[in-house]
Amino acid sequence: MYTQGLDQAGKSGPDTREAETATQLDAFQARIDAEEKIEAKDWMPEAYRRTLIRQISQHAHSEIIGMQPEGNWLTRAPTMKRKAILLAKVQDEAGHGLYLYSAAETLGVSRDEMVGELLSGKAKYSSIFNYPTLTWADIGAIGWLVDGAAIMNQIPLCRCSYGPYSRAMVRVCKEESFHQRQGYELMLTLCRGTEEQKAMAQDALNRFWWPALMMFGPNDAASSHSAQSMAWKIKRFSNDELRQKFIDVTVPQAEFLGLSVPDEALWFNEDTGHYEHSDIDWQEFFDVISGNGPCNRQRLAKRRKAQDDGAWVREAARAYADKKAAAEAAA
Amino acid sequence: MTRQEWPLYEVFIRSRSGLSHRHAGSVHAADDEMALNNARDTYTRRSEGVSIWVVRSDRIVASDPAETSAFFDPAEDKIYRHPTFYDIPDEVENL
Repeated sequence: MYTQGLDQAGKSGPDTREAETATQLDAFQARIDAEEKIEAKDWMPEAYRRTLIRQISQHAHSEIIGMQPEGNWLTRAPTMKRKAILLAKVQDEAGHGLYLYSAAETLGVSRDEMVGELLSGKAKYSSIFNYPTLTWADIGAIGWLVDGAAIMNQIPLCRCSYGPYSRAMVRVCKEESFHQRQGYELMLTLCRGTEEQKAMAQDALNRFWWPALMMFGPNDAASSHSAQSMAWKIKRFSNDELRQKFIDVTVPQAEFLGLSVPDEALWFNEDTGHYEHSDIDWQEFFDVISGNGPCNRQRLAKRRKAQDDGAWVREAARAYADKKAAAEAAA
Repeated sequence: MTRQEWPLYEVFIRSRSGLSHRHAGSVHAADDEMALNNARDTYTRRSEGVSIWVVRSDRIVASDPAETSAFFDPAEDKIYRHPTFYDIPDEVENL
């Protein structure tokens, strides 16, 4: 579901560009400029490969961690129908994580390495999943806002210059629409319900609005890797452009629900055709990204426990496969 | 992370009969049977397929992208393999 402008977290790493000549780099950029897709084994600059590995694996980690806030409500969904829907959505998030890990692996990084970086806390994932899901309405708000923001981010990624990533994103985007629609419908049901239900929906919007806007990453001026990613056509629109687009489509949806967006200063500028909004609290964003959000520790601890608890299953499956292979070889 | 990870399999899916299998992505699995099950769960949650092939990624033999032009070169100067190479007068129909 969710990529984010996390690229400012990137580190340069060891310089392995010994063999990159200006000719190679120019030829590569020419392919990109001609809208040719780059495929797994094609020559590419080391920095392009590293940027993609970082972005795709962060994206995959976000999908995997993203199962937790929603999984929190699986056993407490109010009806059988809602439970089945939520289960399908959480399964989709797992699937999206797997599509993305598999795309990142084409760049020569192993699944174990990526998982290891997530579990050690070295790799980042989207800040949005470090917020708790306190009420059932949060499940609606996540589908509507978080998946909505994710769609804004992900649609342009379907045209990303790296083939395996763009193909994975096409698959993800097809499934994402269900996520957003079920979330909005959940909100709609609450808003047409009792006073308390509507208040619960409003409260969820209040808590998720700003974190959802932060999903697009820092302001363009503060986003250090953006220009290079745009030149490589990994990224097609700037963080601020996508954020504005999201606000413009989402505010009317909130109005339809009869809810108010928690921004006193929000107004529609008829000259530009866009909503103007208050400044985002970037300190909160950087706190959450750097590990101090409400749920960072809990999310990683749970992921580590799941990994550890599953160790015997992985070992047993491998032992069984080895035994079967040995028996077949002997036969 | 001490154990070596499960092998990688490439997944090919036939979306409906009449179409050929098409590469969908990859999965890790301990053995062939698990690869099929994982591929089904990962790539066909919405009935996207009627048939799945999985094959160990390390068993695939592929052409080298660095050699693409040399490898495919022999076909490039054989324009007579295309119907447009032949000039046929307009009066001749159905050809």
